[in-house]
Amino acid sequence: MSSPGDGDVSRRALLMKLGIVFNGIVAAILAVPLVRYLLSPVSHGRKGAYQSWFALGELEQFPAGQTRLATYVNPVVNLWDGMTGDVACWVRNIDGKKFQVFAVNCAHLGCPVRWFPQSGLFMCPCHGGVYYQDGSRASGPPERGLFEHHYKLENGKLWIKAGEMPTPGMVSGIATGKPPCA
Amino acid sequence: MRLIEQLVEWFDARLQLGSTIRETAEHPVPRETASWFYVFGSAAVVVFMLQIVSGIMLALIYVPSAGEAWNSLQTLNHEVSLGWYARALHGWGSEFMVAIVLIHMVQVFWFGAYKYPRELTWVVGVFLLLMTLGMAFTGQVLRFDQDAYWGLGIGASISSRVPIIGPPIVNLMLGGPIIAGATLSRFFALHVFVIPGLLIAFVAVHLLMVIKLGINEWPMPGRVVRKATYVKEYHELTRKDGIPFVPSAVWKDLFFAAFILIAIAVCAAYFGPFGPGGEPNPTIIQTAPKPDFFFLWIYAVLSLLPPSMETPALLVGPVIGIVLLLLLPFVSGEGEKSWQRRPVAVLLILLLAVAFGTFTRRAEHAPWSPVMGAWSGMPIPPQFLRNRTALERQGALVFQAKQCHNCHALGNEGGERGPALDNVAVSMTRDQLIRQVIQGGGNMPAYGKNLSPAETTALVTFLQTLHPPGQPPARDAARDAANGPAGALSSPVR
Repeated sequence: MSSPGDGDVSRRALLMKLGIVFNGIVAAILAVPLVRYLLSPVSHGRKGAYQSWFALGELEQFPAGQTRLATYVNPVVNLWDGMTGDVACWVRNIDGKKFQVFAVNCAHLGCPVRWFPQSGLFMCPCHGGVYYQDGSRASGPPERGLFEHHYKLENGKLWIKAGEMPTPGMVSGIATGKPPCA
Repeated sequence: MRLIEQLVEWFDARLQLGSTIRETAEHPVPRETASWFYVFGSAAVVVFMLQIVSGIMLALIYVPSAGEAWNSLQTLNHEVSLGWYARALHGWGSEFMVAIVLIHMVQVFWFGAYKYPRELTWVVGVFLLLMTLGMAFTGQVLRFDQDAYWGLGIGASISSRVPIIGPPIVNLMLGGPIIAGATLSRFFALHVFVIPGLLIAFVAVHLLMVIKLGINEWPMPGRVVRKATYVKEYHELTRKDGIPFVPSAVWKDLFFAAFILIAIAVCAAYFGPFGPGGEPNPTIIQTAPKPDFFFLWIYAVLSLLPPSMETPALLVGPVIGIVLLLLLPFVSGEGEKSWQRRPVAVLLILLLAVAFGTFTRRAEHAPWSPVMGAWSGMPIPPQFLRNRTALERQGALVFQAKQCHNCHALGNEGGERGPALDNVAVSMTRDQLIRQVIQGGGNMPAYGKNLSPAETTALVTFLQTLHPPGQPPARDAARDAANGPAGALSSPVR
C-alpha cells in the first residue's frame, strides 16, 4: 500500500540525483582550465619553447686545447629566480675550430661534474661517475657520456642552444650524436 | 569553581560532545596494552602537532622565493631573535617524526596488529608513512641550499627515467625547464598545504579506526586470529579484562610524548638548526651534495647498484615495496600474531634494520665518491717516498698530478673509489700495471691519452715499490723463464 507521499519522494530523489549530475558537470567544466593551468610547464615545453640559441661568450674566452667553465643566464627565467637562473656549462675548444659544450650535470643523477685538466677527466662528486675529455663515459654508474649542447660560431662568438636542464630521460634539443674523437 | 562548571555545562548543552568524548576516553582496552610498546602512535601525533606549530612560526619569516629563500633562512638563523631555535625545533621535529613513525610501523608489524579487522588501519598507516617521508623531502627542498638544489636535480634525473612520460614529469615537478622559482613555489605548496592537509585527514581516519575497532590486544602464542570469531573474542577480552583507556593506559602515552618533546627541544638547543648550507648557486660546482639522514640509504643504493640494474630498481623497486606493504594485511590477515610464532616476520625486521643501517653507514662514509681534493691536498705519506730513486719519486709526482690519489688511497689517505695501492706491487706485475693504467678497465678510466710514455714508466716504477718490506713484488714467471734469470730485459726495478 503506497502512501500519498511516495510519488513525491521519488521525484525528489530524482531531483537530488539530477543535482549531483549537474554538480559533476560543473566540476568537470571548472576542472578543464585548472588542469590545463597545472600542465602548463609540460605543454609549454612541448612546443620547444625552452630551448633557444644565445651567445655564450667571445671566442677568446675559450683558448684552443682547453676546457673551461662558462656560465650563462638561462634563456627562460623569471624575475624571482635569483641565482638559480644562472647555469654553468663546460666548454671544450678542441682545436680552435671545433668545440664541445657539455652541461655540468652528470648523466647519472645530475650532480655537477668537475674538470681535471691534468688527467683529462671529468669527475662527479656524488656517485663517482668519470668521463673523458670528449665527454664519453670512462667509468662509474653513468650509462652514457655527458650531455652536449648544440653550438655554432658566429661573429666571433660561441653560440649554444640550451635552456632546459638535461636529464637522462630527456634528450630532445641536446646533441646526442657521438662526440668527436679527441 | 562553580563558574567553570556552569560554563562547561553551558557549552556542552550546545555542543553535545561531552558524552561522546567521555565514552571515547573511557572505552575499555585490553589490560596488557597499557604498555610502553603502545606509545609510539600517540607520540607521532604529538610531534606532528609540534611540526604544525613550529612550521607556522617559520612561515612568518620564510620567503618561498628562489631568489630570497636562502637569505630569509640566514635572517631566521642570525637576525630574528630565537629564529634559529624555531628552525632547529622544526628540523629536529622532522627527524624525530620520521623515526617515530618508522618505529610505530615496526611495532605494529611485530605485534601483528595489521591483521583482521585492522587491515585498513594499516593501509592508511602506509600512506601516512609515505606522506611523512614526503614532508621530509619537501622540507629539505625548502631549506633552499646547495644540497636542496642538487637534490632536486637528482629527483628530476630519477623521474626522467620513467618510460615515455618521464620528461613531462620532470617539467611538472620543476614547474619549468630548470630548477628555479617555480620549483620552490610548488614544493612550498606541497609542504605547507597539500601534504599537511592530507596528513590531517588521514590521521583523523587512522585514529577513528583505532578507537572504533579497538587497540590491538597483546599478542599471545596460540591466540589465533580468525575472521569468524575475532571480533567476539576481542570484545570478551576487553569486557572481562579491560581497563578504561583514560586514565589507566593514557598516562604512559602522556609521559612518553612529553619525553620526546623534551628530547626534541634539547637536540634543537644543543645541535641547532640544519643548515642552510651553501647558497643555491648552480654555477658553484665545488659541491658534493648529500641527502638528509633518512634518505642516505637511497644514496648508497644508487652508488652500489650495477648501472644496468639501476633504472629498473629505481622505478620498479619503490612500487614493489609499497604494493607489498599494502598487500601485507590481505595476504596474512589471519593467524598468529605473536612474534614467537612468526619467525619470518622477526627476521624480516632484523634484515631490513641491518640493511638500512649498513647502507646509511656506507653513505655517511661514501667510499664511492672520489676525494676531489686528494691530489692537491693529501700528500703521499713519507714511508712511500723514503730511499726511492729519482725515477720512482717522479712516478709519485705523476701519481699526485694525474689525480690518481682522488680514487686510490695510500697509507689510508685519499679516495676509496678504487682499491688502496699500499701493496699493489704484490698482486700485479709490471706489465699488468702498465696495461691497467693505459687501458683502464674494472671501473677505472683509461689514462693512455693523458700519460706520456715517460710518465707511464715513472708511474709504474713507483707503483712497483708499493709492497711490504719482506715481500717481493709480483713477477711474470713465464717472462723470467724466457729471458733467463739474469738477463731480464724488463725485469722489475725493485
